[in-house]
Amino acid sequence: MAHEHKLEIFRGLWKFKSNTQKIWGVLAFLTLITAIEVGLGIYKAELPDFFVASFLGLKVLNWIFIILTIVKAYYITWDFMHMRDETKALRRMVVWTTVFLICYLMFILLQEGGYVYDIYFTNDPLIKRDF
Amino acid sequence: MDSTVESTGTEGKTWGGGNKPLNASYGKMMMWFFIVSDALTFSGFLAAYGFSRFKFIKEWPIADEVFTHVPFLHGQELPMIYVAFMTFILIMSSVTMVLAVDAGHHMNKAKVTFYMFLTIIGGAIFVGSQAWEWATFIQGDYGAVQTKGGNILQFGEYVTVDGEEKFKRISIDDFAVAQKGDRAQHERKNGLWFVTEGSLPPYSVNEIYTGLAANDNIRVRTQIINEEGEKTVLSRAESLQQIKDNGKLVVKGANLHVNEYGTSLFADFFFFITGFHGFHVFSGVVINIIIFFNVILGTYERRGSYEMVEKVGLYWHFVDLVWVFVFTFFYLV
Repeated sequence: MAHEHKLEIFRGLWKFKSNTQKIWGVLAFLTLITAIEVGLGIYKAELPDFFVASFLGLKVLNWIFIILTIVKAYYITWDFMHMRDETKALRRMVVWTTVFLICYLMFILLQEGGYVYDIYFTNDPLIKRDF
Repeated sequence: MDSTVESTGTEGKTWGGGNKPLNASYGKMMMWFFIVSDALTFSGFLAAYGFSRFKFIKEWPIADEVFTHVPFLHGQELPMIYVAFMTFILIMSSVTMVLAVDAGHHMNKAKVTFYMFLTIIGGAIFVGSQAWEWATFIQGDYGAVQTKGGNILQFGEYVTVDGEEKFKRISIDDFAVAQKGDRAQHERKNGLWFVTEGSLPPYSVNEIYTGLAANDNIRVRTQIINEEGEKTVLSRAESLQQIKDNGKLVVKGANLHVNEYGTSLFADFFFFITGFHGFHVFSGVVINIIIFFNVILGTYERRGSYEMVEKVGLYWHFVDLVWVFVFTFFYLV
């Protein structure tokens, strides 16, 4: 059984000679992203206002973290789990199902959490929290 | 097979079993299905965590203040460093796993053995680190007072570092004043026989209050996050008032009931999600060990295919994938 690997990442921008080399390349990329995340995490307090501004209910910094995480997840799935080499049908079966259901779940629960917060933190005299 | 199974006349047809519809073997496809369902389980947990966090968005503990410890560097506050190390270990073991799979494709038994071994070591280091992280979290560091309403009050003082005024936490051990007449822990050998109670908190609220009253520099910090993204610090008068009126229980460390870092849900979710993930890593290590011995025994060499390594590899990468998300939502965001 032949094991064909697609040996390029970033849509062909970075080509590798062998599968082993591709693995190390992806590791380098994932490490870089983790380093950026940790750096932003450590110097959270000293970052310019741009990062603290709110965008769609979350801080820009948190959006950056989430996007970087999804990028990492993509390369782990595509290159480490060899999703890149699977048929299109299998890929879509796994990825689209999961992504759709997770987005749905996240939306419902976060929306609800925000709603409960709004109820709790109104100045309603019947709700006492600081005691 | 040919001698036992009658020909069904569907060989070669796409859904007749004659070929692989998705060009993936049965085992691999089932592993993918399992991963999809497991991913949904984890996202259910993380969504529940997000729900609680949005509900308490103004008072959720700040992760950088909770996870500051690194082994062998006692007393230093180094947020993120240790988790970053754990993340790197897990990604690294993912890499050795994929290298093992690659070696398997080339039917290179020695290399598969070596890389599987490294993967197991990486997994073991990760589980060990997580155990340490749990132990540190459970033990706690500064201690706090819980109010009747379940809010957490922490202690600290303002100090000037490099011309900048900063709030520095103070441990309850450093200022609590021992009082007479505190009740002793009830043991099964006295009083009501064979009835026990859990260990008592290290101090009573009264001892904390006396200590607070005696030290003018100490202030109380509530769990409410103010506009600057920091926890609100009360004035001296308010501090004394809060502890006197509302203080109910002295808390040190965290468990499923109380949590000195803030909202008790934070500890519950921490234990539940990292625990569930840790359980996955642990079972991953066990499965890796089984496969490792199969590789050594030459099982896959005889079978002519190292696909089993690939299937376990899928599971192992998935565990890494989940950690990437847990890392983001517990430590970064």
